[in-house]
Amino acid sequence: MKVELREIHKHFGKVHANAGISLNFPSGTIQGILGENGAGKSTLMKILSGYFHADRGEIILDGKPVTISSPADAIHHGIGMLHQDPLDFPPMRVADNFLLGRAGGLFPNRASVTRDFKRLADQFGFSLDPDSYVDSLTVGERQQLEILRLLWLGARVLILDEPTTGISASQKEMLFATLKKLAEQGMTIIFVSHKLEDVEFLCHNIAVFRAGKLVGETKPPYVTKKLVEMMFGKEISLGARQPVSQEGSVFSLRGISIEEVRLKIKDVDLEVHAGEVIGLAGMEGSGQGPFLRACAGLIRPVAGKVRVNGLDLTGKSYHVYKNNGVEFLPAARLEEGLVPGLTLTEHFELAEKAEGVFINHERGVKLAEQRIESFNIKGTPLNTVESLSGGNQQRALLSLLRSPLSLVLIEHPTRGLDIESVIYIWAKLKERCRQGAAILFMSSDLDEILQYSDRILVFFNGKVSQPLEVETTSVEKLGEMIGGKGWQDIRTA
Amino acid sequence: MMKNSRLINFGFQVLAVLLALGVTTLILLAAGAQPLDAYKNIIRGSVGSFDKFSDVLVAFIPLLITVAGLLITFTAGLWNIGVEGQIILGAISTTWVLRLLQDTSTPPALIIALSLLAGMAGGALWASLAGALKTFGGVNEIFGGLGLNFVATAITIWLIFGPWKRPGVASIGGTESFDSPLWLPTLPESRLSLWALGLAILAIIVIYFLLQGTYFGLRLKAVGKNSKAAYLLGVPTWQYSMMAFMICGAFAGLAGAIQVTAVYHRLIGSISSGYGFLGLLVAMLVNYQAIWAVPVALFFGALNIGGIQLPIILKLDSSITGILQGTLVLFVLMVEGARQRFMKRVGDRQ
Repeated sequence: MKVELREIHKHFGKVHANAGISLNFPSGTIQGILGENGAGKSTLMKILSGYFHADRGEIILDGKPVTISSPADAIHHGIGMLHQDPLDFPPMRVADNFLLGRAGGLFPNRASVTRDFKRLADQFGFSLDPDSYVDSLTVGERQQLEILRLLWLGARVLILDEPTTGISASQKEMLFATLKKLAEQGMTIIFVSHKLEDVEFLCHNIAVFRAGKLVGETKPPYVTKKLVEMMFGKEISLGARQPVSQEGSVFSLRGISIEEVRLKIKDVDLEVHAGEVIGLAGMEGSGQGPFLRACAGLIRPVAGKVRVNGLDLTGKSYHVYKNNGVEFLPAARLEEGLVPGLTLTEHFELAEKAEGVFINHERGVKLAEQRIESFNIKGTPLNTVESLSGGNQQRALLSLLRSPLSLVLIEHPTRGLDIESVIYIWAKLKERCRQGAAILFMSSDLDEILQYSDRILVFFNGKVSQPLEVETTSVEKLGEMIGGKGWQDIRTA
Repeated sequence: MMKNSRLINFGFQVLAVLLALGVTTLILLAAGAQPLDAYKNIIRGSVGSFDKFSDVLVAFIPLLITVAGLLITFTAGLWNIGVEGQIILGAISTTWVLRLLQDTSTPPALIIALSLLAGMAGGALWASLAGALKTFGGVNEIFGGLGLNFVATAITIWLIFGPWKRPGVASIGGTESFDSPLWLPTLPESRLSLWALGLAILAIIVIYFLLQGTYFGLRLKAVGKNSKAAYLLGVPTWQYSMMAFMICGAFAGLAGAIQVTAVYHRLIGSISSGYGFLGLLVAMLVNYQAIWAVPVALFFGALNIGGIQLPIILKLDSSITGILQGTLVLFVLMVEGARQRFMKRVGDRQ
């Protein structure tokens, strides 16, 4: 089926997530969609598959304009989406999952469904047992199940969102073979990914997104350098930085391994010096998140040693880390960082060490006034945190950090903030560095990483690079590594 | 604007009360009763005489103590449905200590004091089971508490018909009454104990200051509103949840202990008299604010006692006051939702 998108616009509040996107997907092709996190590719796919409604624009299927009101409506039109996290029902059998979502009578004919299922599975060489439970399947197998289900429901357009994350190499091979076969049969495949290698290998055409806009389209043969340039933009300037002393290790990791559901990080060594800033680069979900949390004692590494100022804190809880000068600032400010419903004053009273049983509210308000002034927070001591703007919430979060500190771990320090707040927040963070704290932060903004880090760790699919010195690292090199290329000549940490 | 919005809030609350009265009136009409007569009797039956009012206070005491405890668990974001069982276990523990010491030479005043403390300990222990199920077993406190309520009732029945049965005939009427020296002193010719009333007032004052002015209260609030952030800010979250359960359990246990020592002077099958569930309603109605707990608990106590008149005089079931209490809570919650939407719409327009 031929899919045309015309001038699709989508706003989320002030964010223009899709700014006039027009694309054509001819039938029988595999179309790649490439872009950073937040570039707008998922939004567009969700519009096409009925999860969101576009503010403006047209969707045209085989020459006919349609409105897609829900995911069920999308599959009715022949559009099926395979989500990054399979939307199945783990405690149920494969065959029952297959049945769900199909409009039908009260009593489904399980026998004929099972027959259909086996026929389809054989066609693609999937070895799935219809009677096994979904819990027992691997991510790759669940993906296969989902593909079969969508095909069986009559999908003629298949959207795959980051399908190669968390599946084995052989499953990936099988997935690619399947997609190629489907394309030959005339299906339209839309393949959304940030993995350069996969997209280059598979797709007949690649569209690159950046900041809500379609930057351009290219056809094979692909030039990796060009794709990276399109993804990240060219002009990235390096900020001035002061030299960091190579002595005074405040934090060290020895042979740290982390195991998450879909990701394994193996055997990382790292030495962090007082006053230095280390940026963790990589696509969302490449392992930076769990890595940061493991550094804070929020996730227990399965192997290795963590030392803070020489003290072995392996396996201790976050509160022990905190008492030793380690603080973690989450990206989800109102979900994890601040307590909605409590005032700024109450936050300071919570964060500071308690003295006695009763709270001295006067002192709390005075402290709040001081911090509000020195962190330039637009709000009063009695404002609840949820009434503040995002930038002010982030300033509030920073102002809660105790002193003295050895290490600050930050998820996305400036995500979603205006440029003025970004500059302010980094000025405050650099102040902490001058006082001897080291900073580890993750960001999906390459600009930010290059601007503020002394050294960079690149993450790809659980692999961690050796720390790269910012001065000797090019944007192209970084972009390629983030997309999973050029790792063979890099030693991993 | 500020004054205006307070006026709007008050208007919404009046609306809730009117709606609750309206629904109750309809039910009364459907039952073929005269609504005005019924309301008149409820009022007369609760504040019509000093005797009636002292009965209201007898109901008010355990209710207020239970609400005081529930304010702690609600603040910590916990739905302590198990509060009924905690009252019951308090009563059982109190009865146990009284039975143990009644034939010894221990001074009665000391026995009473010990029995009250035992009640608090029993309630706290029972609450800690619900807490442990939640913290270590991942069982939602609503289900755990509900299950433990049934177990607590079963234990009571077993004790009354088994080990603690009255000599001769065991009956649902309860265990053998204790001698009057072991009763918490009451006013003459009344079941109202000023000691118990004092404890209830003290309980709500303690809770008020605990929640308003202490680090403990602030941390508890943080855990209730966002436990993830509270943890990152340095609050040991599961320990605080556990403490909230145990404090609430101790208060509920005290309510049960007072039912035994001041009101019934024995263990009976329905010792909790539903004050746990009623307490949940009151706590929701006052929006978890200690300061409002006193008048609302008094009002609910008055409804309970006033309702006793209905079967006698109007041949109506006394559960009609329960309907009034229930609909009141439902409408207050519903109207609160409507108010928030209304304010949001007004806010958006500005």
